[in-house]
Amino acid sequence: MLGVKDPSLLRQRTLALLLAVVMLFGLAACGSAEEPVEPDQPAETPAEPVETTEVIIASTTSTEDSGLFEVLIPAFEADNPEYKISVVAVGTGQALEIGRNKDADVLLVHAKADEETFVAEGYGTDRQDVMYNDFVIVGPESDPAGIKDGDDAAAALKAIADAKAKFISRGDDSGTHKAELKLWAAAGIEPSGDWYDSIGQGMGDTLTMTSESEGYTIADRGTWLSMRDGLDLVIVVEGDPVLFNQYGVIPVTDANNQEGARAFADWIVSPAGQEVIRTYGVDVYGEPLFVPNAQ
Amino acid sequence: MNVFVEAVVTAARLTLEGSPALWGVIAVTFEVAIVSTVAGIVLGAPMGFLMGASRFRGRRVLVALTNTAMGIPPVVIGLIVMMVLSRKGPLGFMGLLYSVDAMSIAQTLISTPIIAGLVSAAVASVPGKLRLQARSLGASRVQEALLVLKEARLGVLAAIASGFGAVVRGVGAVMMVGGNIEGKTRVLTTAIVQESRMGNFGMALALGLLLMAITFAMNGFLTWYQHSNERYERG
Repeated sequence: MLGVKDPSLLRQRTLALLLAVVMLFGLAACGSAEEPVEPDQPAETPAEPVETTEVIIASTTSTEDSGLFEVLIPAFEADNPEYKISVVAVGTGQALEIGRNKDADVLLVHAKADEETFVAEGYGTDRQDVMYNDFVIVGPESDPAGIKDGDDAAAALKAIADAKAKFISRGDDSGTHKAELKLWAAAGIEPSGDWYDSIGQGMGDTLTMTSESEGYTIADRGTWLSMRDGLDLVIVVEGDPVLFNQYGVIPVTDANNQEGARAFADWIVSPAGQEVIRTYGVDVYGEPLFVPNAQ
Repeated sequence: MNVFVEAVVTAARLTLEGSPALWGVIAVTFEVAIVSTVAGIVLGAPMGFLMGASRFRGRRVLVALTNTAMGIPPVVIGLIVMMVLSRKGPLGFMGLLYSVDAMSIAQTLISTPIIAGLVSAAVASVPGKLRLQARSLGASRVQEALLVLKEARLGVLAAIASGFGAVVRGVGAVMMVGGNIEGKTRVLTTAIVQESRMGNFGMALALGLLLMAITFAMNGFLTWYQHSNERYERG
């Protein structure tokens, strides 16, 4: 964001490599000490099911803002009483970084390409599709760019840029921000100028600022539905297939609580977990927020 | 440990390369900090002087209120200012929300009670006998006030340094009313929050080092100023 993105990317690679080397040394050093402890645990767990271990999920602010965790976690803990879930909700970039540092056990994020790289580089054991939701383009009722009721996201963005209508960008390297950048690229526009505000904040703050500035933004439907009552905004474009947003679950390699991470990943793609996702939000919003699509 | 080394290297590189974006962030940081410190002095210092140097009805209540205001979390100040400046708020017609001015207003509300409270304490610690003596030697009210301020100058400088420190390191209020807009309202602290949220811990730490350097320079200047004055006094 400070205009030094590209050189720092290279540096981050180097840093990640260095970290990996240090971790390997660390593992080699404590691996022998840890291993004898492991065999005891499976024997103990069935005997004392009341003893719980903590599973840390790194996820995104938009997932948390949607309220899904409030039903998903109790349902998982009811099915798996030996685990207690803690959620760290951050941007996708930080969630992946937390995963690389092994400060979380399992990730539930939505940036498929980055997730696949994450697994390919060995930071995650595997990645499975969990569900998808979609993005919507929202804007003021007055609609200065004249894009209401559209279903072509790229054309809508082009109209916003042509009209120089205020657009608020997440600008935080999040899944939503990446989706937005992909759409600008598809529209053949490099957004910049007084009309384009990049704010580096979460979805909720972005929607609030968009409403206050009478601008346009791209939001995930979940956060939009849960916040729309307090906003002076309406959906202007929806339903374009490029707006679909796939979530994946990734257990972190050599995480602190590998059994818990595996149990969560297996549960969320199981019929029980998928059913919780399928029904979430219907009672409040009259429509589901997420479409489960685990294979 | 690598991330810390990386942060120092990044901080040095950022300073040497001096990208326009970074200078923009630093310029806005200074603008907000200086405007709100000066405004805090203009509003808070006379109030603090009155609270510390004179006795009047309701003084204790005012002192208690000032001390409470010093402890209000910046994010609460930010929330209040945001609601007032919001399009639906009483001052929404001014269109100030998400501007540098809005940030300066919020930060002034933070610096004013700090400067008032600390000036009050500094002025109150000046011996009453000194003032009595000055008056008996024929000093006017204004001359007496200047004498008290001169005696309390170390405390007053400390008050100004605290006010500046509070606004330059604050993040809660400026994030809410400024919105961290790139190239417009982004300051060092909000950039740090954003970089950490994005997982760029090295960059975040580097920006933190720059912020510390600025605070250090400011405090170094004030300390030097104090010392040079004392030396002058001693002759």
